[in-house]
Amino acid sequence: MQEQETTRRRFLTLAGSAAVAGTIPAVTLRPAEATPAMLASAIRNVVGSAEVRTGKVKLDIPPLVENGNTVPMTVSLASPMTPEDHVKSIHVFNEKNPQPNIGNFYLGPGNGRAQVSTRIRLADSQKVVAIAHLSDGSFWSATVEIVVTLAACTEEAS
Amino acid sequence: MASALINVPAKAKRGQIIEIRTLMSHIMETGFRHTAAGELVPRDIITSFVCRYNGNEIFRADLFPAIAANPFISFFTVATESGKFDFEWIGDNGFSESASARITVE
Repeated sequence: MQEQETTRRRFLTLAGSAAVAGTIPAVTLRPAEATPAMLASAIRNVVGSAEVRTGKVKLDIPPLVENGNTVPMTVSLASPMTPEDHVKSIHVFNEKNPQPNIGNFYLGPGNGRAQVSTRIRLADSQKVVAIAHLSDGSFWSATVEIVVTLAACTEEAS
Repeated sequence: MASALINVPAKAKRGQIIEIRTLMSHIMETGFRHTAAGELVPRDIITSFVCRYNGNEIFRADLFPAIAANPFISFFTVATESGKFDFEWIGDNGFSESASARITVE
């Protein structure tokens, strides 16, 4: 076990410093939950220096969730989905899970409708942010505040 | 044993926008949970999902531990021609599963 721990920690150190070189000095230890700073940096990794505007994106999640282990989520945009004007990708983030990313979804004009559904886990009451990358290069976002009564991830594995 | 559930309409009109729903059975172990003895349960998740329509990629997703167990993903596509949808899930510990569905476009 001790040996595994060491290997994992060394791996995390390497992966962490490689991924964030130049932005944040070092992320060697994984915090218990994603902090708003981690959320911001995860978003920066996707959008770069581009401006993220609020609007266009519709994020459907129940505002009050009983069971954080499986929360239905739908992200959609009203887009003509033509080669000239379509949604290239949709990225979903959270604020307080152990990791800020939830999922990245890559679309194209062939999809006809810019809409993706999945089921997610929420470890706590928190914000969920969906960001869409449009073919004109702009980024749009929607944020939903969710109250979770039974959190995911916290229980012991049997 | 992994198994997939795919929901694609068997028939569609040319140009119709159809919904594709997929579900793959998988534990999606987050890698953040501990056993009662305090040992970390290693991560075991699906990391990537791809859908191809007659060989052309039409949808792709990167999944993270925050995706619920038995990942359900649904999306849309324009029915352009008869043929086959191929689905592929790839994950930790060499996990790799695929499924396919046929469609007739009139």
